[in-house]
Amino acid sequence: MSVSEMFISLQGVLTADQDIREEIRKVVQILEQTAREILTLLQGVHQGAGFQDIPKKCQKAREHFGAVKTQLASLKTKFPADQYYRFHEHWRFVLQRLVFLAAFVVYLETETLVTREAVTEILGIEADRERGFHLDIEDYLSGILTLASELSRLAVNSVTAGDYSRPLRISTFINELDSGFRLLNLKNDSLRKRYDGLKYDVKKIEEVVYDLSIRGLNKEAASDAGGEK
Amino acid sequence: MSSKEGSGGFRKRKHDNFPHGQRKDEKNNVNSSSSLMVSFKSFQLELDTRHDKYERLVKLSRDITIESKRTIFLLHRITSDPNGEEILNESEAKLEAVRQKIKQVAQELIGEDMYQFHRAISPGLQEYVEAVSFQYFIKTRSLISVKEINKQLIFTMEDKEEETNTPSSNPHDKQLCTWSLKVTPVDYLLGVADLTGELMRMCINSVGNGDIDTPFELSQFLRQIYDGFSYIGNTGPYEVSKKLYTLKQSLAKVENACYTLKVRGSEIPKHMLADVFSTKAEMIDREEGLS
Repeated sequence: MSVSEMFISLQGVLTADQDIREEIRKVVQILEQTAREILTLLQGVHQGAGFQDIPKKCQKAREHFGAVKTQLASLKTKFPADQYYRFHEHWRFVLQRLVFLAAFVVYLETETLVTREAVTEILGIEADRERGFHLDIEDYLSGILTLASELSRLAVNSVTAGDYSRPLRISTFINELDSGFRLLNLKNDSLRKRYDGLKYDVKKIEEVVYDLSIRGLNKEAASDAGGEK
Repeated sequence: MSSKEGSGGFRKRKHDNFPHGQRKDEKNNVNSSSSLMVSFKSFQLELDTRHDKYERLVKLSRDITIESKRTIFLLHRITSDPNGEEILNESEAKLEAVRQKIKQVAQELIGEDMYQFHRAISPGLQEYVEAVSFQYFIKTRSLISVKEINKQLIFTMEDKEEETNTPSSNPHDKQLCTWSLKVTPVDYLLGVADLTGELMRMCINSVGNGDIDTPFELSQFLRQIYDGFSYIGNTGPYEVSKKLYTLKQSLAKVENACYTLKVRGSEIPKHMLADVFSTKAEMIDREEGLS
């Protein structure tokens, strides 16, 4: 094979690669749009009136996740199944965002941390790499860290809305999450940077709890919610 | 690492009138057997396994790089050494050793998505492509293809038995199968781009040894590669287009050398040509430093 023939065939490979990336980008754009819609919907919970109809908002968000499922299913078909990590960068960000949204919905519903398996079920993807389009563990953890900062905001806003017991529950939750993350030996990568932000969320919530307890407002909350000292 | 980060967080908080004691109590209250903690323990294991594998691959990749570089240096000696055959044999042995390393990489990647760890091994593979294509060029005066390279990277059981080191440390030994590692087209391109730098060096060296034909052959060959890269242009990834500039410079040096050979070759005796070129090369290097 002559040199120029070699380069022509290489060029062919590169073009094919770019075509795949182009297709992926298109689907990811749609996914991002859906993710934004869900986010806008859920942002409503921060508003004073929003606290009453949290269940209704969660219900609506769940409906949107149906669209996410079909979009992710179409993303799966755009590239060879065994080359997930070759194109990983394209959907990494949006997948983290979707994990956060799913985790937020689950938290609002049950006040527990969504498991990795549950997220993959909501998103209609696999938990194991062997089984196909899956959720990378780092992406899952990143999404969870976003949830932490959203909850610190929710703690502040629930006080404003007159709900004094929620921040206490959030505080317990975040503390447990923090201890969980402390178990991980993170490398100096983007996940580590995100994790470094967690302590500020913890601090913020602790300040809220402190403000409540110094004014005895948590007693009030304890009487109608119970549990927290 | 994380504990250091945590203490940093505490230090910052010293200025707040914040109840430290209470916070620690809460920490201890976290039940270490809760489902959340259990799953995070499994995450810890998963992440550690992944990072360990990555580090092992980085190490292997560096070994591959070093050995490939040594092979290239060895091959450069061929321009001044009368016993070329021996050097080629020696380089073949060295490359075989590199391939054994690559085999270890392939073993690490069994059942994995190669692209997940691609960044760890890519530098080593590029260097290997450079070494192997350099040797191939010296032997055949032509460019080795990706196919040819990948053909040498298919490892079988029989190979394993010949090898004496680490006989049974790997559980996959017992598996009767062949496994291979594929150099990606992009790694190949980047390796070939580096090859041109070596060819430029070889060109200048061979002039120094009074070899008049090699520079012309080299400039012919480099031009073909340059044309190939121009054809790809900037459709490839960023790294490829970046190398295009260096390639252009190497080509210019070789072309200038050929020019000088042609113009002055007739007037200067062969043994003095070396001096002309060493000053010429220096001048080019200095120009580069300025720009």
